[in-house]
Amino acid sequence: MDHKHYEELAAKVRIDVIRSIHSAGSGHPGGSLSAADIVTALYFKEMNIDPADPSKSDRDKFILSKGHAGPVQYAALAERGYYPVSDMMTLRKLGSKFQGHPNMHKVSGIEMSTGSLGQGISVSVGMALANKMDKNPGRVYTLLGDGELQEGIVWEAAMSAAHYGLDNLVAIVDWNGLQIDGKNDDVMTVKPVDEKFAAFGWNVLVIDGHSFDEIFDAFDKARTYKGKPTAIIAKTHKGRGVSFMEDNPGWHGKAPSDEEAKQAVEELGGEW
Amino acid sequence: MADKMATRAAYGKALVEIGAENPNLVVMDADLSKSTMTNEFSKTYPDRFYNMGIAEQNMYGVACGLALSGKVVCASTFAMFASGRAFEIIRNSIGYTGANVKVCATHAGITVGEDGASHQTFEDLALMRTIPGMTVVNPSDGVSAKLLLKQVIGFNGPAYVRLGRAAVPIFYDETADIRLGKGNELRPGSDVTVIATGIMVAEAMMAASQLAEEGIDVRVIDMHTIKPLDEEIIIKAAQETGKIVTAEEHSVIGGLGSAVAEVIVKNCPVKIEMVGQQDTYGESGKPDELKEKYGMTAADIVKAVREIY
Repeated sequence: MDHKHYEELAAKVRIDVIRSIHSAGSGHPGGSLSAADIVTALYFKEMNIDPADPSKSDRDKFILSKGHAGPVQYAALAERGYYPVSDMMTLRKLGSKFQGHPNMHKVSGIEMSTGSLGQGISVSVGMALANKMDKNPGRVYTLLGDGELQEGIVWEAAMSAAHYGLDNLVAIVDWNGLQIDGKNDDVMTVKPVDEKFAAFGWNVLVIDGHSFDEIFDAFDKARTYKGKPTAIIAKTHKGRGVSFMEDNPGWHGKAPSDEEAKQAVEELGGEW
Repeated sequence: MADKMATRAAYGKALVEIGAENPNLVVMDADLSKSTMTNEFSKTYPDRFYNMGIAEQNMYGVACGLALSGKVVCASTFAMFASGRAFEIIRNSIGYTGANVKVCATHAGITVGEDGASHQTFEDLALMRTIPGMTVVNPSDGVSAKLLLKQVIGFNGPAYVRLGRAAVPIFYDETADIRLGKGNELRPGSDVTVIATGIMVAEAMMAASQLAEEGIDVRVIDMHTIKPLDEEIIIKAAQETGKIVTAEEHSVIGGLGSAVAEVIVKNCPVKIEMVGQQDTYGESGKPDELKEKYGMTAADIVKAVREIY
């Protein structure tokens, strides 16, 4: 199927990420770009949300457990109409609503303040549990980094989501294989991610995290799967869309220079 | 002798009462529900109780998610694991977001007894009071525990409630005027003020009676709320009695003693003595034996008052 519309939106989101991090002079481009297609798919198709009524009671919720990718969430919300894109260019500056890691009280559409790894999935379990209690049809989506899976609380949360049969919860792993100090495999092996989630009682799907076909298909499958939470292990490339950032751990937490930002935006089809 | 009741027992009963009035109340536990006494609630309202297993960090994360979805959550485990192991989750997911989660932590302090040092926390008040926006409560008896819990559940925001394992004398009655953030003067006095919290309030009352026989007129304040701290009652005591003794079943570093000292040095410097755990770990033993060995009895308060008097 042709997903040109979503690919263009994802390119815009990526451009916003580059521009905002360039403007901030610091930030995490690599993990924001690897997650851009997944986040775009969530905000523009999968989730039942309304920018005009951000707190409607039956909405779906997205929790960015890998909070350092804040710019990708800020960008998707902006492109979705929660606020003007220009707002997020104050990213990381004193007094800005756009904190280095998302703050739910400062930015419309942010459901949870994240940044400390592992806590987002745990909070997501609570939100999914509350929806079950209240017979609220809203679903909960959380995005984790693969390095984040090294946090013990992730597995405590995974255990509890399966125990309480939270089929209204989807955890997506942005599996780009890299973390600050290098490859996951060198720093601390997290593989096999799919078998781990399966062993913890989850429905597991492994997809290409840059294929809208596969992303949408996985969300469809998760929505109809009953009795278990779903883990979508999304194979991605860190820095996706910018040639010199792709698969390079050096771009985990570094802002591009003027020239690099210009090249990145142009590669993504934007104008500098 | 007065009736005795553990503050955790009062907590367990109060949850059931409050649960009847408040359908939004959700209770959680980490495999200690028989000890924390949340099991009473779990039997009465099984659809509003979640056992999260031995995973305290996740319990407080999930509690945050429930609270952000409109529930008021009381999540219990031993104070050591609530305030210690889960500290950063409480700080970032509950404190920073202002989530409506009440961290109701039992088995605090030396009176855990036989379980020994690994389970005896003297750091929890210090840790919790440094979190911006966190209300910190340490009730002194079963009645005040219930009255304070109702107020804690009644406001929207995070709180830490410290509860004990051992039965302690009841000295409030149900009609007592106990208000969050206001210390209670239990005994007037003009020579020295003992500001006590938790189970040390009963010890302070005994000490005051004994000291009265020696002609020392001791004022006793129950400082059940460590944060926000009732600065007014502290400053008044400092001005009127000129000497302060603090008493807590907690480290003398960072807890009530430190909090009172912070107020005193800024407003009305007077001499202070601090009764509490003296920068050391506990050990196994009977609660009364341990209180004596580690210097947290009426006799220790008497000694401190005499020293400062």
